[in-house]
Amino acid sequence: MIKKILVANRGEIACRVFATAKKMGIATVAVYSDADREALHVQQADEAVHIGPSASAESYLVIEKIIAACKQTGADAVHPGYGFLSENSRFRDALDEAGIIFIGPGKKAIESMGDKITSKLIAEKAGVNTIPGYTDVVKDAQQAAEIAESIGYPVMLKASAGGGGKGMRVAYNREECIDGFERATNEARSSFGDDRVFIEKYIQQPRHIEIQVMADGHGNVIYLGERECSIQRRHQKVIEEAPSPFLTEEVRRKMGEQSCALARAVDYQSAGTVEFIADADMNFYFLEMNTRLQVEHPVTELVTGQDLVELMIRVAAGEPLPLSQADITLNGWAIETRVYAEDPFRNFLPSTGRLVGYQPPSGEGVRVDTGVYEGGEVSMFYDPMIAKLITYGSDRAEACQRMVGALDGYYIRGVSHNISFLNALMVHPRFIAGELTTNFIADEYPDGFSADLVPQDEPEVFTLVAAAVHQFYRERSGMLSGQLGGHECVVPNHWVVAANGEQHSVEVELTDAGFSVQLDGVSYQIVSDWYLGDPLFTATINGRQLTVQVERKGSGYQLFYRGATVDALVLSPRAAELSRHMLEKVPPDLSKFLLSPMPGLLVKLNVAVGDKVEEGQELAVIEAMKMENSLRALNAGVVAKVAAAAGDSLTVDQIIVEFE
Amino acid sequence: MQTILKELEDRRQRAKLGGGEKRIAAQHAKGKLTARERVDLLLDEGSFEEWDMFVEHRCADFDMDQEHIPGDGVVIGYGTVNGRLVFVFSQDFTVYGGSLSEAHAEKICKLMDQAMKVGAPVIGLNDSGGARIQEGVASLGGYAEVFQRNVMASGVIPQISMIMGPCAGGAVYSPAITDFIFMVQDSSYMFVTGPDVVKTVTHESVTAEELGGASTHSSKSGVADLAFDNDIDALLKLRRFINYLPANNKQKPPVWPSEDPADRAEMSLDTIVPDDPNKPYDIKEVILKVADEQEFFELQPSYARNIVTGFIRIEGSTVGVVANQPLVLAGCLDIDASKKAARFIRFCDAFNIPVLTFVDVPGFMPGTSQEHGGIIKHGAKLLYAYAECTVPKVTVITRKAYGGAYDVMASKHLRGDVNFAWPKAEIAVMGPKGAVEIIFRKDIGDAEKIAARTEEYRQKFANPFIAGKRGYIDDVIMPHNTRKRIARSLAMLRDKELTNPWKKHGNIPL
Repeated sequence: MIKKILVANRGEIACRVFATAKKMGIATVAVYSDADREALHVQQADEAVHIGPSASAESYLVIEKIIAACKQTGADAVHPGYGFLSENSRFRDALDEAGIIFIGPGKKAIESMGDKITSKLIAEKAGVNTIPGYTDVVKDAQQAAEIAESIGYPVMLKASAGGGGKGMRVAYNREECIDGFERATNEARSSFGDDRVFIEKYIQQPRHIEIQVMADGHGNVIYLGERECSIQRRHQKVIEEAPSPFLTEEVRRKMGEQSCALARAVDYQSAGTVEFIADADMNFYFLEMNTRLQVEHPVTELVTGQDLVELMIRVAAGEPLPLSQADITLNGWAIETRVYAEDPFRNFLPSTGRLVGYQPPSGEGVRVDTGVYEGGEVSMFYDPMIAKLITYGSDRAEACQRMVGALDGYYIRGVSHNISFLNALMVHPRFIAGELTTNFIADEYPDGFSADLVPQDEPEVFTLVAAAVHQFYRERSGMLSGQLGGHECVVPNHWVVAANGEQHSVEVELTDAGFSVQLDGVSYQIVSDWYLGDPLFTATINGRQLTVQVERKGSGYQLFYRGATVDALVLSPRAAELSRHMLEKVPPDLSKFLLSPMPGLLVKLNVAVGDKVEEGQELAVIEAMKMENSLRALNAGVVAKVAAAAGDSLTVDQIIVEFE
Repeated sequence: MQTILKELEDRRQRAKLGGGEKRIAAQHAKGKLTARERVDLLLDEGSFEEWDMFVEHRCADFDMDQEHIPGDGVVIGYGTVNGRLVFVFSQDFTVYGGSLSEAHAEKICKLMDQAMKVGAPVIGLNDSGGARIQEGVASLGGYAEVFQRNVMASGVIPQISMIMGPCAGGAVYSPAITDFIFMVQDSSYMFVTGPDVVKTVTHESVTAEELGGASTHSSKSGVADLAFDNDIDALLKLRRFINYLPANNKQKPPVWPSEDPADRAEMSLDTIVPDDPNKPYDIKEVILKVADEQEFFELQPSYARNIVTGFIRIEGSTVGVVANQPLVLAGCLDIDASKKAARFIRFCDAFNIPVLTFVDVPGFMPGTSQEHGGIIKHGAKLLYAYAECTVPKVTVITRKAYGGAYDVMASKHLRGDVNFAWPKAEIAVMGPKGAVEIIFRKDIGDAEKIAARTEEYRQKFANPFIAGKRGYIDDVIMPHNTRKRIARSLAMLRDKELTNPWKKHGNIPL
């Protein structure tokens, strides 16, 4: 058996592998870059080796450094996680040469499945459904049009080396096909240095469904059901679930068997994933095979009851699979959402920095795979994923319900996060109905996401919680020392809660178990052991359990529930009556300013005082997340003041230029 | 009897109407509440006892005897805030523009005299066009009477000014002497001379808002301690603020029960100080995580942001916090920061509020503007305030404590009661780089040698142990235990007694 595993990765997946290794009594080694000195995966491993600067190209991606770390610590196996070196056959070679076990498939599988055209040819040969198309490289636009006509429009032109949506074009007719071929070729050349393009049928209403396979070195191959990952934003998966709400048992079996056939065809060993695209009629076609552990593997683990990492380790150690296809049954439902440090209200701009506050949810059927902790850092050098939140239930509805509850209780401060967006997806009627396609987000949020797209079905929750919390604070103020003897204050219990532009009268009473609130003629019994200063107000309101995040803000409270942030002011009836005299504050006119849309470094400032600028002119360049962002003038104008200089570190909304 | 009662009721109704419906409507249209409405919101419901409702002015010049409005432009009395006694005067802009007559001033003085006798705070809600010009010198005399009382009350009872309208000319000097000045955004302004006079004398064109609005005074001049959104926000926050203050200089600050455990560990503080000594971090995160329930009532948040001041509670009891802010100017001490913190510390000292200091200071700010502006004397104010202070003083050095600034920031030598250091603390005359360039001046051309010397210096001095050897710090603590160690120190110091030698008063370098 393997004695010591080094994980050539970071973040949550490193932590995930360590957890299983520990359970199996295997020693663990972490590697880390400069930026990850204090990272969770370093703390969770038995040993840690520093492998260089923060940029992954100089640390996590350097094969020699990983090998050296293995030798230094005596690790006899390496788990590559996902990303980084996980599908790099040179890495596999280097490990073989050093006599270190690679916990993953063999070279043949990695190499053949790593190329889109090769993998499709092998799949076809193995009897796997492939998208009707031309599996060879297309020579020119003319040939492209001919092939397209033989397959039938619409067709997709795709770069062989492509990924992430680059070098992809959809054509609905001959003209678009010819034009699309040129563009796809050019994009492929500039993005990947490889201008090979192929053509396939374009699937309408496509769903992304993938099969988890597991194979050992003794010829055993099994599949562990499917995952549906149709909810994607710009080809990045956002929500994954197992099983798929779409498949029939028969189709599942067909997909599974074809996947196993493909695995056999490449002598697969270890965990792998065969990705399919399915159309509305349940026709399914091979997309690609990922020769590694997937990000979304936990949903499969929850419905099959298997530890995929453990199986990978055992297979890598040469053991036969401890189970056969007949042992695999799917029980219940699991859903995963990816919690990212990004601002959904600012076009999903990544956010980095210190996690000032961090408290992941817990409870029945809730699993959190995370690589961060309160006081840790979301680094600008890597993927800004904070965690994977996975919930399990006996059926889809229960898993969804637990997910929504868990999202409410996910406390993250210091960086932006996408909880509001995840919640909006989870409660979307189309999502609840399971009517998913890979275009779901693009269809439902064509103009991006904004605060008014956050559904708010229960405005009374905000009123009730604000009232209860306020009553608690006031009761305590009423216990202040030094009061006028015999004339101590009587804490009032009639309030008017102003939130969401509405005012509601409430009457609050403290009870043994929490609060009793009268609102609009309805009595609400709130049972809670909330205490002052607790950011999570967890309670049952008339028997229904919920969690609302509460923070004191200004003279009122800021509440967060079901993805919505609401400011509530709890006033005495007299103050509420007088509040009508308060003037609406006109927000400052920001059109006269160029503000920094993100924290970052001002690399270039192109204007000086007195300059005339045209609409669309580049004014400044900000570097954030290793990306240069060009800031352009929204209107023509004259520069009145320059408030920052090249080289400055900017905060969000910091003024850079002021116009006349 | 019946007729007298009827007349009393009529008189009360007339007094309560102040300047009349029309002027009240005009006041409301500006987003401002009336003097009585403000008192209602500030005090516990039904607790206000009004005095001198029937006082009228005694001026006969310029036809002033043609009209008498009962109360004469100011509402005075006492009431409670969360059951605790406070005295309030609230100027009524609807009555002669809230202008200060002799009678108006007498009412304020009467209130202050009573507050001094019983030892309770005085809160002024200012909304006044200035002196009642028709009364001439009598009005001026009235101001001076108030000033004198403000000075006598200073350090005896807390005095708070909430500026909720105009406050110009001589009128500004009463708030100026009080302990805290709060302002309402967009509807209040304070200046010695208004925009018109400024225009005539200096030819500067400036609006009242730019010259002396809430933003100006809370961020540029430092005259105001806080600016609030509107009248309601201001009065609700003022109630919260009063909860921190003792009634007078003989009492301890008020206490309430807290459910926040005193020994709460905050693991995240162990990672807040970056490895790179030049990288900043937000000291307010430390303050919030140490405080009961993560609550911090910050004062002057937009002024001299390189130092942070305000109140928190530990185990339910008020603590004044002073902290260098590495996020702004690296936390350097400059003129504004020194003045801001010094005045805050003297308030805490006068009213028995323990002072908690977080130190991360690279030194005093260099430069001609600072030297010519008198940083020597202004910096000395902070030194003086800390040295003179006899309340419990607990200090935590989180990172840098360099040079004279180390001495100033509540060091052991200035009678710090408990002085802690975090493991990354560097207590030294200056940073390693600067020190090496002086000690080893002859090696300056040799980068290698300098690097070696710098490392040597860092090993030797850039740590808490040299100071620890001499007892300048009492202990090196883990950041996550900071709340617990502070709470225990403050508990130990609860009955601290320390008295300065008798003197008429010291001579702080004003």
